[in-house]
Amino acid sequence: MHIAVCIKQILDPEISPRAFKIDPERKTADPGSASMVIGPFDLNALEVAIQLKERHGGTVTVLTLGSEKAKEALRRALAMGADQAVLIDETQVAALEPSVTARALAAAIRKLGAVDLVLCGRQSGEWDFGQVGALLAEELGMPFVPFVPRLDVQGDKLRLEREADGGLVVVEAPRPCVASITNANDNQPRLPKVKDIMMANRKPITTYGPADLGLGAGDVGAEANRLEVLELFIPEVKSECEFVEGEDGAEKGVNLARKLLERKVI
Amino acid sequence: MNVVVIGWGVDGGGPASAVREVLGGARRLADARGGQVIAGALGAAAQAAQGMIAHGADRVLTVEGLPEGDADAYVAAAEAVCRQAGAGLVLLPGDRFGWEVGPRLAHRLGAGIVTDCVGISWDSGRFVMTKPVYGGKAMARLVVRTPVQVALVRVRTMEPLEPDASRSGTVEALSVSAPGGRVKLLERKQEESRGQVRLEDARVVVSGGRGLGGPEPFKLLEEIAQVLGGAVGASLAAVDAGWASPQQQVGQTGKTVAPDVYIAVGISGASQHIAGMSGSKTIVAINKDPEAPIFRVAHLGVVADYKEVLPAFLAELRRIKSA
Repeated sequence: MHIAVCIKQILDPEISPRAFKIDPERKTADPGSASMVIGPFDLNALEVAIQLKERHGGTVTVLTLGSEKAKEALRRALAMGADQAVLIDETQVAALEPSVTARALAAAIRKLGAVDLVLCGRQSGEWDFGQVGALLAEELGMPFVPFVPRLDVQGDKLRLEREADGGLVVVEAPRPCVASITNANDNQPRLPKVKDIMMANRKPITTYGPADLGLGAGDVGAEANRLEVLELFIPEVKSECEFVEGEDGAEKGVNLARKLLERKVI
Repeated sequence: MNVVVIGWGVDGGGPASAVREVLGGARRLADARGGQVIAGALGAAAQAAQGMIAHGADRVLTVEGLPEGDADAYVAAAEAVCRQAGAGLVLLPGDRFGWEVGPRLAHRLGAGIVTDCVGISWDSGRFVMTKPVYGGKAMARLVVRTPVQVALVRVRTMEPLEPDASRSGTVEALSVSAPGGRVKLLERKQEESRGQVRLEDARVVVSGGRGLGGPEPFKLLEEIAQVLGGAVGASLAAVDAGWASPQQQVGQTGKTVAPDVYIAVGISGASQHIAGMSGSKTIVAINKDPEAPIFRVAHLGVVADYKEVLPAFLAELRRIKSA
């Protein structure tokens, strides 16, 4: 069983709103001194992949499109239990939006040879376009199952739980397919041990440029981007909170109900 | 240029609420830009074609006989509708199925798609889409550079029109070869609603967080939700602690809700949580800590121990409701 997991290194989403800054010229967040981490749902996807490998054997390949710094994210994934890693060098790729990202990742996945399953997080935790899984499925001609908290092998097929409108459902999909992973109690990412971190340094990271993947400027250059960001801004939050008065909590509770009635919202 | 709305689902014989909202938004954009609103009524929504006209469509293309929930078939049907309609702007409702269908449809149309749009305007000769990014800490304004432009619209961000049964429009049935069946539904494991209001559709959401201290107080939240005809949500901290189910989680990593009233009890207001509820019309925060960030987005605040506030609040609500 060969599982490919696509991850992204992002600005730590736990950064406080006060520390969060943007670069309005480059229309991106200014990381400042904040740390870069693997996207939260990508970590859930890695955990799902590693658990599958532990149950059924096989290989987990982790892929990312990023800079040299993104190797830190790949090392972390290798320490969690992935077997090999692929870095698509973003210096010659202008992936400003998910269609270009998905095209580059799909080309790298094809280069891996046969895979049984492609996983990614349901959204990055950064720009949150939430499209890469669906677009990978289209690029690779595979079926797509989104919002998956857990899955398992069933014969030559896969049995996946997925969140749908109206509740959790169980579906069966052929291999290979693409699934986007959502968070659940049983896919919380493991913390690698020191020994695992040292072992990860011996695992291979292959770096590809677009030319290695048969991609030209028309595929992954600036012109290939289908979206353009006009503006990125921090919305002004002017507090308009009216504090409910009262002698004690109970009186405030009564007054709150009356305020809601007064405002005609209940 | 035509605005196409792809719709699925029905609600009491009419179009589903998320579709009614997007039709309202489409109508306003088509009027601003000049053009028709063409709705694709897919699957069961075909029965609601007249309702789509009453809610703003000029022309409805129906595609029947689609296996329910099979995205392969719906993507093929939606593509056929867009090609037949000569789509300029394509809008889809941002429910879970929309997140599944939207990007795949855009890919087949060679189009760019902005997901999680909370606003679309016709501005200096182009459609400008607004979406929250970085967990709601920032907003981005984007344009789509391809001839066909697709947007997935966050639920409860566009206003439906008052339905007008006298509006005229045409209905045509499209025959589409929509192969599906690659992913098979085996079972429905857990219904979210269990007879209650669905979190995403609820007009009132009462959510609890770490400050509740345990699972017990959620019963009180349920009673309040029941009186107000609402649903119970939870913060990530409460879900992680096992006090509430993951299906109840509101936030960037959970569900996005935008009810008329959102009552946050014992929730400090991490940006992760706020990203999932900041679109609510009236936000009420009950928290002991006057410095809690939740008060920055709240419209009504109560600084007190929820244990004192909630029983009195519930009793007064019951009195008001029975009056």
